[in-house]
Amino acid sequence: MAAVFRRSLGAVVKDLYSLQWQQLASRPLSLSANVCGPEAAPARADATFKVTMVPGDGVGPELMTAVKEVFKAGDVPVEFEEFHLSEVQNMATEEKLDEVLNSMKTNRVAMKGKIHTPMEFKGELASFEMRLRRKLDLFANVVHVNSLPGYSTRHNNLDLVIIREQTEGEYSSLEHESVTGVIECLKIITRVKSRRIAKFAFDYATKKGRNKVTAVHKANIMKLGDGLFLQSCAEIAQLYPKIKYETIIIDNCCMQLVQNPYQFDVLVMPNLYGNIIDNLAAGLVGGAGVVPGESYSAEYAVFETGARHPFAQAVGRNIANPTAMLLSAANMLRHLSLEYHSQMVSDAVKRVIKQGKVRTRDLGGYSTTGDFVRAVVENLRHRSVY
Amino acid sequence: MAGKAWRSAIQNLLRQWGFSFNDMEKTKAQELSQVVGVMMRESPQPRTFIRGMQTVTLIPGDGIGPEISSSVMKIFEASKAPIQWEERNVTAIQGPGGKWMIPPDAKESMDRNKIGLKGPLKTPIAAGHPSMNLLLRKTFDLYANVRPCVSIEGYKTPYTDVDLVTIRENTEGEYSGIEHVIVDGVVQSIKLITEQASQRIADYAFEYARNNQRASVTAVHKANIMRMSDGLFLRKCREAAEKHKDVKFTEMYLDTVCLNMVQDPTQFDVLVMPNLYGDILSDLCAGLIGGLGVTPSGNIGANGVAIFESVHGTAPDIAGKDMANPTALLLSAVMMLRHMGLHGHAKKIETACFDTIRDKKVTSTSKRQTFISFESSDNCAFCTLRFSQKTWVGTQSVPNSRMQYAKECKTWSKN
Repeated sequence: MAAVFRRSLGAVVKDLYSLQWQQLASRPLSLSANVCGPEAAPARADATFKVTMVPGDGVGPELMTAVKEVFKAGDVPVEFEEFHLSEVQNMATEEKLDEVLNSMKTNRVAMKGKIHTPMEFKGELASFEMRLRRKLDLFANVVHVNSLPGYSTRHNNLDLVIIREQTEGEYSSLEHESVTGVIECLKIITRVKSRRIAKFAFDYATKKGRNKVTAVHKANIMKLGDGLFLQSCAEIAQLYPKIKYETIIIDNCCMQLVQNPYQFDVLVMPNLYGNIIDNLAAGLVGGAGVVPGESYSAEYAVFETGARHPFAQAVGRNIANPTAMLLSAANMLRHLSLEYHSQMVSDAVKRVIKQGKVRTRDLGGYSTTGDFVRAVVENLRHRSVY
Repeated sequence: MAGKAWRSAIQNLLRQWGFSFNDMEKTKAQELSQVVGVMMRESPQPRTFIRGMQTVTLIPGDGIGPEISSSVMKIFEASKAPIQWEERNVTAIQGPGGKWMIPPDAKESMDRNKIGLKGPLKTPIAAGHPSMNLLLRKTFDLYANVRPCVSIEGYKTPYTDVDLVTIRENTEGEYSGIEHVIVDGVVQSIKLITEQASQRIADYAFEYARNNQRASVTAVHKANIMRMSDGLFLRKCREAAEKHKDVKFTEMYLDTVCLNMVQDPTQFDVLVMPNLYGDILSDLCAGLIGGLGVTPSGNIGANGVAIFESVHGTAPDIAGKDMANPTALLLSAVMMLRHMGLHGHAKKIETACFDTIRDKKVTSTSKRQTFISFESSDNCAFCTLRFSQKTWVGTQSVPNSRMQYAKECKTWSKN
């Protein structure tokens, strides 16, 4: 009796596995929104994807736990390889960085928290996060700012995409003290990188069906630097006649974003302005806890939150909002072509927010992170196999 | 008896002249808050009263400048403020040695009067000389740009109860203008931070907070990325905070400030920052209260010079049509009155201005049709909205921007 039952169970399990195996083999593993079309990650025999995970500092570890819980409950075929890289806790060394890079070379996809940069000047001008970004050449940061249904702010129904060049610009970490009391910081703009980010922006706009790309700059003051950026954008814009191209000055852009953000569609800009506008736009829809973001290079994709803050004052108190990380995880699943699971996770999160019963403190509620994760797990419309 | 009457008469006279000689008079100190630089400590404050009429250099500017300046002069006349205007024009002329400078009579007038009011100045694109605003800044060493952003009662925006001041270092930082082409296709811009300038602006910020009864000063920086340069700026702010222990000091990253500013602007009080961040944040705060058309601004210089200006552009397309809104210049003039210590007149004019905006009463012809324009202060991009008084009643935020956006949408769909 038991033997018969076990045999039929075995048959059922084998069936299910073969179905998944067929799905994986037939669907091409294309990575979305990538300019140069990288080679697909090799299909895995055990049907799970390996993803590098760097929890980072502050509430990073808590958010990653939330993601892992939701993935477990949803039977998502993703396995995480964790690396604890942290500059403030003195756990960051060159070897660890190399380990992470090696893991990335095999996996090509990562989820990351924010690696906080300590304030004291320890003799290293580039922080670990910058170095990671440069070594992986993650040149484009895409933040898709979407108003959450069910949570109203001063501006509703926003739908913006902010594309930011992430490797050069003001974050070049080239500073020196030429005379005592006078410090010079260099901002580098190159034609090659400006063209690359402009092409990325226009390709993204074409792929997602967007109408307009606006370049943000300060070329009236920094005539040569931002002038070069604008020139590159204008050259690339000529290759895409269907997409409208406009330019706007950064301070006017900030003013317009708080008065009338609906006039923008896709924004492309160098590094520092991107940082400002990312955070501004995140604030418009509800804060750093609700906006996901991703960084792309020609070969790798890293998924994280849109507005990067370690949020150290919330560590251990179980009050952080995991929405941003969960939506980012859903984006990652879509990137890995696991459409079904991606839709499941993002639907669950959006349903919980729409219902409004379980809300973390930054959205005006009183629930803890754990409560929110439990609510998301309940809303996952997935029946696991027994 | 007679002696007592005589003494009280003298006391009254002295009170009129602004001298306070016993502690009872000190309660008026609440009203005597002013926008004041460190220099004011050296010269006694009530000198303006003694002279009677104070002369102020007026620079009308270009485009709508002359109209709004004349309306401001009319309002001042009607309110009987003791101000005498000296009009001067600033156009760039080439001095000996080929250096561009402002006309010597304008410079001499400003140096004499120390207070100025400026309308919008046009920067011609290929004129060969730097922008007029830059020239003025260099000539008078205007190191601090102060922009108080207070929500206007009659003009509704999605952000209510905004009451903050942005103080921006105006001479160095990213706007040093030093750029090189290293190789073809690679450009480097230099951001300069000096100890002296950072110290000056930090001291000024705390002085301002103290004189205007402000509770806290927040330094805005990006020292996690630009460790040496913003690190120096932050160090100077911390040192200034040590010297002024009665004002609370906090420091915040620029991206955190942006994030929190659009969610809850009431948590900020006085913000001090280097040039680029100041440019962006001050325009952001102006957007919160309604745009550059209603924001006052003042520039404080090294020798007690202070120039108050309206930061919007020249709007050449509506110049001369009696359509411009002088609110920005008027509020800047009110700020100037406060700086000079004429608080009574300042309050009177400010209340009249706010009442007009709230009740839509037409008091002068130049306000019949209201207009808000916002553009970057260097005239490169501008967007104008025109709306009659009717649409202003009971609508929130900036209604016609939606109409303009809708118009633009129609043109996109045609393409």
